[in-house]
Amino acid sequence: MSATGVGASVARTEDDRFLRGRGQYVADWRVPGTREVAFVRSPVAHARLRAVRAPEDCAGTVFTAADLRGVKPVRAITSIKGFKLSSEPILATGKLRFVGEVVAACVAATRAEAEDLAERVELDYEELPAVTDMLAARRPDAPLVHEEWGDNVFIETVEDRGMTEAVLAAPLKITREIRTARQCMFPMEGRGALAFRDDRLRCLTLVSATQMPHIVQLGVADCLGLPDSAVRVISPDVGGGFGYKGLLCREEVVLGWLAQTLGHPVRWLEDCREHLGANANCREHHYVVTGFADRDGRLLGIDCVAHVDAGAYSVYPTSAALEASMVASLIPGPYDFRAYRCRSAAVATNKCPILPYRGVGRTGVCLAIEAVMDGIAREIGVEPYEVRLRNLVRPEQMPYDNVMGRHFDGGDYPEAVRRAVAAIGVEAIRARQTRGESDGRLIGVGLAVFCEQGAHGTTVLASWGRPVVPGYEQAIARLTVDGDLEIRVGTHSHGQGHETTFAQVAHEVLGVPFARIRVMQGDTLYTPFSTATWGSRSMVMGGGAVAEACRILGERIKAIGAWLMQADPADATVGDGCVRTASASVSFAEVARAWYLQPQHLPPDVDTGGLEVTAGYRAKRDSGTFSYAAHAVCVAVDPETGLVEILDYVVLEDGGVLVNPMIVDGQVRGGTVQGIGTGLFEAVSFDAQGQPLASTLVDYLLPGAGDVPEIRVLHMETPSPNTTFGAKGIGEGGAIGPPAALVSAVNDALRPLGVELQGVPLGPERILAAVAAARASTSA
Amino acid sequence: MKPVAFETVRAASLAEASRLLREAGGGAKLVAGGQSLGPMLNLRLARPRLLIDVAGIAELTVAVDAADQVVLGSCVTTAAVEDGRAGDAIPMLAEVAGHVAYRAVRNRGTVGGSLCHADPAADWPTALAALGADVIISDGRTERSVPVAGFATGAFETALAPGEILVRIRVPVPSHSAAWGWVKLTRKAGEFALANAAVLVDHERGICRIAIGALRGPPLVVGDARGLFGGGPVGAGALDRVALNRLLGAHGGDGGTERALHVTALARAADRAAAVRSRT
Repeated sequence: MSATGVGASVARTEDDRFLRGRGQYVADWRVPGTREVAFVRSPVAHARLRAVRAPEDCAGTVFTAADLRGVKPVRAITSIKGFKLSSEPILATGKLRFVGEVVAACVAATRAEAEDLAERVELDYEELPAVTDMLAARRPDAPLVHEEWGDNVFIETVEDRGMTEAVLAAPLKITREIRTARQCMFPMEGRGALAFRDDRLRCLTLVSATQMPHIVQLGVADCLGLPDSAVRVISPDVGGGFGYKGLLCREEVVLGWLAQTLGHPVRWLEDCREHLGANANCREHHYVVTGFADRDGRLLGIDCVAHVDAGAYSVYPTSAALEASMVASLIPGPYDFRAYRCRSAAVATNKCPILPYRGVGRTGVCLAIEAVMDGIAREIGVEPYEVRLRNLVRPEQMPYDNVMGRHFDGGDYPEAVRRAVAAIGVEAIRARQTRGESDGRLIGVGLAVFCEQGAHGTTVLASWGRPVVPGYEQAIARLTVDGDLEIRVGTHSHGQGHETTFAQVAHEVLGVPFARIRVMQGDTLYTPFSTATWGSRSMVMGGGAVAEACRILGERIKAIGAWLMQADPADATVGDGCVRTASASVSFAEVARAWYLQPQHLPPDVDTGGLEVTAGYRAKRDSGTFSYAAHAVCVAVDPETGLVEILDYVVLEDGGVLVNPMIVDGQVRGGTVQGIGTGLFEAVSFDAQGQPLASTLVDYLLPGAGDVPEIRVLHMETPSPNTTFGAKGIGEGGAIGPPAALVSAVNDALRPLGVELQGVPLGPERILAAVAAARASTSA
Repeated sequence: MKPVAFETVRAASLAEASRLLREAGGGAKLVAGGQSLGPMLNLRLARPRLLIDVAGIAELTVAVDAADQVVLGSCVTTAAVEDGRAGDAIPMLAEVAGHVAYRAVRNRGTVGGSLCHADPAADWPTALAALGADVIISDGRTERSVPVAGFATGAFETALAPGEILVRIRVPVPSHSAAWGWVKLTRKAGEFALANAAVLVDHERGICRIAIGALRGPPLVVGDARGLFGGGPVGAGALDRVALNRLLGAHGGDGGTERALHVTALARAADRAAAVRSRT
C-alpha cells in the first residue's frame, strides 16, 4: 500500500485552509454592489393569504408572488403511481402552508435594513385550522393542506410478501408503537446564496451552499424558464450538508430572479432563527410494528404500519415519497425472515417539507425493528444480543436477497455483534448492575445492529420514483503540461474530504505524487453533470469514476510514453508518475510535454482526445452497497432526574475497503454524535396551531462535547464485490444506530422499575413521567 | 437576525449613566457583558433607542474581599468569580460561577447583569439569595439596598425603578463551621438549569436557608428552613418532601415531573451541605 493511496490515512488536504480560517464559504464571497435580502416568512401554519402589502415608499425593494410573473413553482414529479403532486410557489400565494414559508423578499444595503423592511410588510390572511399531527391528518374531518387532493396523503404504499396464517399465529407477537421527533439538521454553516448576472458568460451565476450544484442549476433554470446552460451554480466550501442542502431551495430561485431582474448582485444568508423557525424538516416518523417469532425468538415475520410526516410540500429532487418508500423497503433490516407486510404513508401536514437527513429512513427503521428484537428478548428471557444472533443473516448465506429483494453484498453480521458485545463488555456490565451504583443511578447496556444500503444505483432510485435518477457518474482526469493531474468531479465535498480521498484514488491508479493531484468540484462551469453528494454515494460512484478516468488516461499516457522510448506499449507499465519498460522510463511530464508542446514527437496513431479524459462509472451491480454496523452503548440513568449519561460507546463498522480509514472514523463519529442528538436531545415540538416551539439553541438542544464519550470505532473490512477497490458507502451509518442503541440501553437500565420507553428523544420529562407512571401502577 | 438601529454610549461615571437612563425615559438599556441582551437585540425582542455601556465604570468592576463580606461590583464577570479573582472567602461563589453557561459567556457576562436580567432559570439569583446577599442600587445620587431574595419581582422583572442602577452585591461571609450545597440540574453542560437549589447551614449564625430556582418566576427562598428538615441535621433523608411540594405549589411553580426535579435538586443540595464545608 502506498503511503498516499487507497487505504492510507492521509491527512486532509482541505484542512490546511479550513484550520487557518481561509475556507471560502458563500459568506466569504465579495462581489461589488451586492445588496442583502431578508425574507418575510409566514407567521402561521395554515391560512388563506388574501394580500401581501408592502409600504408605499418601498417600491422596487419588496417583492411578492405578484412580481414573480412567469416564475414556475417547484414541482417534484415522481414516477410513483398514485403520488399526489404538490406545487410549491416560489413566494407564497393563495395559501400559507407552514410557519416560515417564504412570502416576500426585501432588498436593502444591509441585512439589518432588509429586516427593517420585512417588518413593515403586512400579511392579510385568514387563519385556518392546522394539521400538525400525521395520524390526525388522516382522519376524514382533518383540514386539508392541499384541498384539491381530497385527503392529506402524498402516497401510501403496501408491501405484502409471504405473510401466512401460520406466521400470524406465531407463539410470540411483539408489538411496539414508536414515534420520532421532528429535528433540525443544523450544519455548522446554514444555507446561503449569492446571485449575480455574468454578462461575459451570458449566464446567471448562483453561488450557493448546496450539496448538489447541478441539481440546483436544473431547478433554478426550470423555474426561471432559462436553459440550464444559462445558469451557473458555484458551490464553494460548504460547512456541512447532511441532506439539509440537498434540494432546490425557494430562496435560491428568488435570488436568481432578483439578480436577473434588478441587475445587481443579491445575497441571502440563513440565520439560526430561520433555521429553527422554518426548517425543522427531518426524522418525524410513526411506527406500529409487530414481530412474529417462535418460542426460541426466531423471527418469522414482520407487520408494520408506518407514517412519515412529510410536511406541506414535496421537495425537489428527493420528493415526499422517498422516505416512506425507503421505510417500507428497509424495515426488514439485517434479519433473515420471509414474511413481511408493511403499509407506509407519506402524510402532508402544515409543517415544513421533510428532507432526507443523514441516515434518512434507516434511523427510524432501525429504532423500530430493534425495539421488536429487544421485546422478543424480554419475552423469552435471553440477552438481547442473543436474539440478534439468532436472526441475523449469516455469512454463509451471503450474498443474500432479503424478503424485500435487497441484495446484501457480503459480510459477517453476527460477528459484528459478537465483537461489539465483547468490546462494550456486556458481562461486566451485568455484574455491575447486580452490585448497584453508590449514586443511585441505574446502568444499562443497549445494542443496535443494522445494514446500511448506500450508493444506491439507477435501478434502486428508479424504483423509489425519484424525480432525478443517477446513472453513470462521471469524472474528468487531465494531465497538465507539467505532468500534474487535475481531477474534476460533479460530486461535492462539504466535510467528507473528497479533495483528499479522490486524490488518493487517482494516485492509486496513476502513481502521480499525491501533492501534485488537484481535485476540483463545486462549479457547473467545469465539472461533469452529477446528482452530486447524498446517499453515501460519492466514494463508490465518484471514486469509481475517478479511477476509470485515470485508467483510460493512463492508457493514453502509456501509448505516448512507449513511443518516446521506442518501445511496444504492451511492454510498458504506468505507475509512480512514469511510464516504464524493463530498461527505460519517461516521466508523465515528458509525455505531457510531447502532447502539449512538442507534438512532432507523438506517435502517428496517437489518441487525439489527448491527455484529458471524461469517463463514466456505474457499479457492476448497482443495487447498492451494504455496509453494516453494530452499535453498543452503556448508559447511566438517574431515575430521580431523568438524565442520561453515556458511559461508553462502541461502533463496530464494516464499510468494505476504506479509502481513508481516518476520514471514515471521523464520518462514523460525527454521525454517531448526530444519532445521539436524535436519541437524547433534539426535538422541535409544535403547538396545536403548528407553531414550532424552538426559536433559539436554548430551546433546541444539540449534543455537545461534554455529552459524548470517546466513541470507540472498530472495523471489519469485507470488500464489496461490485465496486472499484471494494469500497462501500459509509457516510450515514453513524447516525442510524444511536437512537435504537440508546433506547435499548435506557430500557435495560430502567427495567428493574418496570419501565419501557418507546420513541425519542429520551429527555428527562419523558423518562420521569414513565418512572412516575410505573411507580404509580406498582403502588396501586 | 439583526437588531433594530440604536445609538450606543460608554458612560464614564455612574452619575452619567443614571442621567442618560433617566433622560431616555424607558428608551434606553444598560449593557455590561451583553450576554443576554445581545441575543435579545438580535432577535428584536429588545428594541432600545440607546444602549448605555456601564462596563467601563471603574467602581462597578471592583471586588472587595473583606472579613465579614464579599462585595462584588455589579460588572464583575462570572469568570472573575470562577477564577477567584473576585476573592475566595466564599467557596460556593466559585462553584456556582463555574457552571454558569459556557466559559466564553462567563468571560463577558456579569453577576450584576444576571441579577438585573432576572431570567428565572439563571443561577446567580438562586445562589446569592441562599447566601443572604443584598444588592446596592443607586439612582446616581442616593443608594438603597434590597435583599437578592426580593430583588427579582417576576420573570425578567426587578425592583429597579426607572433611572436606577445596580451598583454592587454584598455577600455575607458564612462562619467557619457553615455548610453549603449547590446543585444545578441540566440536560447538558452549559445549559440553563432545569432545576437549581442551594442550601446554607450556618449554626453559629443561626442560619438554615434554602433557595430553589429555575421556577416560573423568582426563586423560592426559605429563610428558616429548619422545619423542612424536621428540625434535625440537614440532609436528603430528613427532607419533608410533602411540605416542600406544598411550598413550591404556593410559590406558583410547575407541577408534575418538573416539580419533582426541583425537590430532587434541593434534596441533593442538602446532602452536599452535609458533606461540604464553606471554608476549607
